[in-house]
Amino acid sequence: MTDAATEPDKITGPTPDNALRAADKADDGPVLAADGRPLKQSLNRALRAQKLRALALIAPLLIFVLVSFIAPIGDMLFRSVENQIVRDTMPRTVAALADYDAAAGGVPRDEVFEAAYYDVFYAAERKLHTRLGSRLNYEQTGASSLFRKSGRGIDDIGEVYQDQFEDLNGDWDEARPWAELMGDPTWIAAQEGWDGSGRMPAFELRSDIADVLPRTAASYQIFARFMQTEEGDSPLEEEPWTVVHTALYQDLSEGDVSGYTGPRSDMLQAAAALVASPDFETIAFRDGLEEIDEDWVDPEIWQTIKTYSPSYTSGYFLNSVDMQKTPEGPALRDEDERIYGLLFQRTMFMSMVITISCILLGYPIAYLLSNLPSRTANLLMILVLLPFWTSLLVRTSAWKVMLQQQGVINDTLVWLGLVADDARLTMINNQFGTIVAMTHILLPFMILPMYSVMSTIPQTYVRAAKSLGATNWTTFWRVYFPQSIPGIGAGSILVFILSIGYYITPEIVGGTSGIFISNRIAYHISSSLNWGLAAALGTILLVVVLLLYWAYDRIVGIDNVKLGG
Amino acid sequence: MSEAILTPIEKKPIGFTAGVLAAAGGFAGLFLGTAQGSGLLGILVGAALMAALAFVAMQVLGEALEKPVRWGMIAVAAVAGFLFNGIPGLIMGGLFGWFFGWFIYWIGMGRYRAHLVPYLTGGQVLWHYSFRVLCGAIFVFLITPIIVVMPLSFNAEDFFTFTPEMLAFDPAGYSLKHYRDFLTNPEWTNAVKNSLMVAPVATLISVSLGTLAAIGLSQSHVPGKRAIMAILISPMIVPLIISATGMYFFYSKIGLVGTYWGIVLAHAVLGIPFVIITVTATLVGFDRSLTRAAANMGANPVTTFFKVQMPLILPGVISGGLFAFITSFDEVVVVLFIGSAELQTLPWQMFTGLREQISPTILAAATILVGISICLLTSVEILRRRSERLRGMSPG
Repeated sequence: MTDAATEPDKITGPTPDNALRAADKADDGPVLAADGRPLKQSLNRALRAQKLRALALIAPLLIFVLVSFIAPIGDMLFRSVENQIVRDTMPRTVAALADYDAAAGGVPRDEVFEAAYYDVFYAAERKLHTRLGSRLNYEQTGASSLFRKSGRGIDDIGEVYQDQFEDLNGDWDEARPWAELMGDPTWIAAQEGWDGSGRMPAFELRSDIADVLPRTAASYQIFARFMQTEEGDSPLEEEPWTVVHTALYQDLSEGDVSGYTGPRSDMLQAAAALVASPDFETIAFRDGLEEIDEDWVDPEIWQTIKTYSPSYTSGYFLNSVDMQKTPEGPALRDEDERIYGLLFQRTMFMSMVITISCILLGYPIAYLLSNLPSRTANLLMILVLLPFWTSLLVRTSAWKVMLQQQGVINDTLVWLGLVADDARLTMINNQFGTIVAMTHILLPFMILPMYSVMSTIPQTYVRAAKSLGATNWTTFWRVYFPQSIPGIGAGSILVFILSIGYYITPEIVGGTSGIFISNRIAYHISSSLNWGLAAALGTILLVVVLLLYWAYDRIVGIDNVKLGG
Repeated sequence: MSEAILTPIEKKPIGFTAGVLAAAGGFAGLFLGTAQGSGLLGILVGAALMAALAFVAMQVLGEALEKPVRWGMIAVAAVAGFLFNGIPGLIMGGLFGWFFGWFIYWIGMGRYRAHLVPYLTGGQVLWHYSFRVLCGAIFVFLITPIIVVMPLSFNAEDFFTFTPEMLAFDPAGYSLKHYRDFLTNPEWTNAVKNSLMVAPVATLISVSLGTLAAIGLSQSHVPGKRAIMAILISPMIVPLIISATGMYFFYSKIGLVGTYWGIVLAHAVLGIPFVIITVTATLVGFDRSLTRAAANMGANPVTTFFKVQMPLILPGVISGGLFAFITSFDEVVVVLFIGSAELQTLPWQMFTGLREQISPTILAAATILVGISICLLTSVEILRRRSERLRGMSPG
């Protein structure tokens, strides 16, 4: 507070500084507010109340935006790495593949085939196998048909056992005997007593059966629960899936059931004797799967499953930069499969061309408007604002009308004789069409910020430069132009941000060569259904836009975004 | 360029006038000539004709006979055009005659310098007018596509192009059938109805929440103001395709895809940045001592808000609301993703129509939309000026 001149040792007497210092030294307690509290505390309380009031006003909107906008964006970011489908659909296979060396390749152990049999069977019953197939098909062509075929043919393996057990004793293909063998007696009673209303009593395994027939019990439990929850049927009336018979065969061939004395023990003992007899026909899981589709013995599918078994994957991001996950690590795709690099380049290139054309067309207009008398400028401003306010679809359809082969521009050129009738220019469904239409659509976004910067440049600078002998060009280039650069910067970033994310206009006038990355995102959402890839492409685009936005904020400031002049 | 400087206006030497007119005539002749088969002949004839006309008008008839000469030129050119090409020729010819009649005197009498400072060199004058012409061309680029749509919407045929009958101004070439289709076809009326059901509700949500938040944001001590502002503005910054993708994923999880409220929520969120920006801009100049004075006199916060603050920021709120309304009314990407067949909005209908190019009813819809946007533009401009006047930022 003090400067050298008023140091107390130099000047004594009632200077303001000395008074302040005296007040600081005086120790007569804190200053009190009217209600007797210390003033500082009182002020703090008021400030806190003010902050709380402000936050309370903002909170509803903030929550609204967070829930209905930020959460969806977060969901998209999550989806770009999320990959739980493989693990969820084929948990046993993923576990069995844990020690499989994908880089070395080769066909995995037999346990893996066994696990795959159970996984595919359950997935097929839940109708999830096609979804997994399409997911893996993004990474390896043919996976989709492999899973679809397997879903249809997977019963063949179990039927081998089912038929033999059924031939031995028809009860093996009946619902009731199975339920008595597997189910808890109290559950059976409850299920029988169930009157069809409310929840079905949940299936429960008999306490000791899991020790005797572990696989069969697990398998039957999955079957029973599925029947109850998904189909709404009673397990007492549904004969089990063939996978249960397969599990039974496995249990009988490995374990000893001679000590079993529970319900239906005679039936089980007979089955055990049948399995032990040499003419019992068996089929290895590996052979069974190979019979359904020989792709199962191709190491490639196992490598793919292994590579995509973690819950989170960088695979979608690698795909969106034309790379792919291989057992050896990320690698570039083949030359002819690279499309996204090209598409990103094209999006950037076209956005730049659009930005530059907007600068070239917008600068003269902004200059003219800011140098005209305000009444004329306001009138001409309407010509800029009218397109700005007109529906985007109206402007896009207008450009379709203008640019097409039988369109207004071609008609005029033909009428003027500049173009032969049979050699009409192709101006639509290519890059040219996209650039022209988008330049028109985004031009107001360039003119408005430029105008607001230029109208603050004082005329006196230009006059001063001229009176000092500068030529017109020097005056413009050395004096006026440097002052208008902030406007160009603001407009360019705005136009660039808007154009790299554009979807509608390229979709309608862009054909195939004039489309942007956003059209590809839309394609993956609605046609190819590769949502993860769409999310990854969207994330990359979002990062680019946010970087540009950050730059815009640094240069212009968010608060200075102006609408409609 | 103050009015005090009087630039002397004098008659230019005939050589200059005839030369400029010959160049202009040659330029016009080039187009007419190519249209008729020979560009070179067109240039020569145009140049010679205009130079001769300039000579006659300037040297023989003089300034005294300006009016009759100009009317005469219009009449002669119009008749020539009519003989040549019927009614379109008549109009084109008339315009040509009017332009050249004016141009001869403008150049010949040196009137082009009237509004310029006297010390400009010839080159600077030329540059001044070339620049104006360039700007004019850019304005034409800006406005032509919107203008072209309007006459085409009255096309009697189902084409997107001008038919010969239309060019001949034959009444048979025009019809209101696309408007009839737009107003009676259930596809379009449903689309309009859906749009009108979604947009006001979305606007209401974004305006009410947005205005409250803008008032909160304009207070002096808001913790994390920049971060909050960034979040609230983000729906405008994030490309629509990304918003649409995210919303599709997220809304399908919570069962909002294909529902009315899903679209309303999405549109409300997209409109919020506009409300925030316009209302905070209005609040920048707001005199807070007014609310304090009201509170001092015993008004409770609600009364203060509605009686003192609201009337002053109302223009900003309404124009923010108009922005939010047009955002929702014009939005297509998000609707394409999270909408459903029963909830087709007007832009959706136009978009699918454009992709499949079914009928020029789109153009009728477009013309109506242009009319609406002109109304909205006018209201926003009026509101903006009113707001500036209320806040004493401009004299009016």
